Amino acid sequence: MQKDFRLEWRQRAALNGMLLYVGSTVFVCYLSFALRGGQLPAPAWNALFWIILLFTAVNAAAKGFLQESRGRLLYYYTLVRPQAVILAKIAYNAVLLLGLALVGFMLYAVVLGNPVQDMLLFVGNVGLGAVGFATTLTLVSGIAAKATNSSTLMAVLGFPIMIPMLLLLIKVSKNALDGMEFEASSGSLLTLLALNLIVTAVSYLLFPFLWRG
Amino acid sequence: MSIKRNWWKVLAVVLVLYTVVAGLLAPVPRLDILNESIRNLYFHVPMWFGMTIILTTSVVYSIRYLHTPTARLDTLAHESAKTGIVMGLLGLATGSLWARYTWGAWWTSDPRLNGAAIAMLIYGAYIVLRSSFTDEQQRARISAVYNIFAFAAAIPLLFVLPRLTNSLHPGAGGNPGFSNYDLDSNMRMVFYPAVIGWTLIGFWITQVSSRLEFLKQKIYEKQLA
Repeated sequence: MQKDFRLEWRQRAALNGMLLYVGSTVFVCYLSFALRGGQLPAPAWNALFWIILLFTAVNAAAKGFLQESRGRLLYYYTLVRPQAVILAKIAYNAVLLLGLALVGFMLYAVVLGNPVQDMLLFVGNVGLGAVGFATTLTLVSGIAAKATNSSTLMAVLGFPIMIPMLLLLIKVSKNALDGMEFEASSGSLLTLLALNLIVTAVSYLLFPFLWRG
Repeated sequence: MSIKRNWWKVLAVVLVLYTVVAGLLAPVPRLDILNESIRNLYFHVPMWFGMTIILTTSVVYSIRYLHTPTARLDTLAHESAKTGIVMGLLGLATGSLWARYTWGAWWTSDPRLNGAAIAMLIYGAYIVLRSSFTDEQQRARISAVYNIFAFAAAIPLLFVLPRLTNSLHPGAGGNPGFSNYDLDSNMRMVFYPAVIGWTLIGFWITQVSSRLEFLKQKIYEKQLA
């Protein structure tokens, strides 16, 4: 499992591209809103941030399986158990998305202002969100990679599954923006955590069937 | 056609006929705003019950498919999902129509409404996914994986989220649910048969469309031979 993770890490060709992707998206948003002048209202700031993260996540996670060559997949197949592969992929995607989300947030806060009042809650929520996106999208990218028109399918399959998670995330981060006390968001945070666990467990169980092809 | 095997179809027809007649004619409580539109309870709510039950059946078939891969189980899962989609769309339509006359809008940003829309998107994605494979076995296996994954990841939340937030929808945020005072025993006499009847109709539709699909497969195999 550790070895597999390292294998993933070594071919991080996508990383620089994704960093640039986040950067340019944030910059485009900044320029489009700068035309109107002045600060974005907090709900719009929040929504825009999560939409940027959502698209970044879909693009980053899609690389996971789509870029693998057939030969390498076969090589993995002989080497390790499928469960190890999916866990390694999830872990790699989680770390990747966590990094991207934090870099994205910093850039976003620099150019579009930072109205967050409860920083700890906000960053924790972003972390949970990145891990949640990673767990959901890893299996989806595995499914999409098998089909013919994978890049469209990635969004079509992934978005509806992610909407409930996204709603919870936006709610919690709105709480963090407004500086509400922790009790207001603890329920949602627990639900998010439980959701992450469920999705990971289901991916763990289902991936061997996907892998067999 | 023996009555022993097909009694439930007779039951379905009788119950739905009863629902339509009694649902439109039986007495209902007089309530402000709702007025006669409370009768939608017999048509709108059973659609969601039926949809949930049939989509659960679809997932069960998908799980069984992964356990023992046969074309039969795959077809059953697919046809169940399609029936579930039809019932979901009917549920959306009846709900939207009802909302137009009681809330004054076809659609409001309500967790239940959005949840229903998300469920439709998920199963739409399932159909799209199925159509993007050429190899039948691969299509069956991967769509089964997606079916289970989507159901586990999103459907429970669609039942949890509405209970966490306030909404206009009956049964949430201080609005009386139909199960409280306004679902009196008269209404129960129609509501429960309605749920059973519409669900059985859903199973019947699934059965007929699956049999059509089996026949198509058989003809196809004969042509190949």
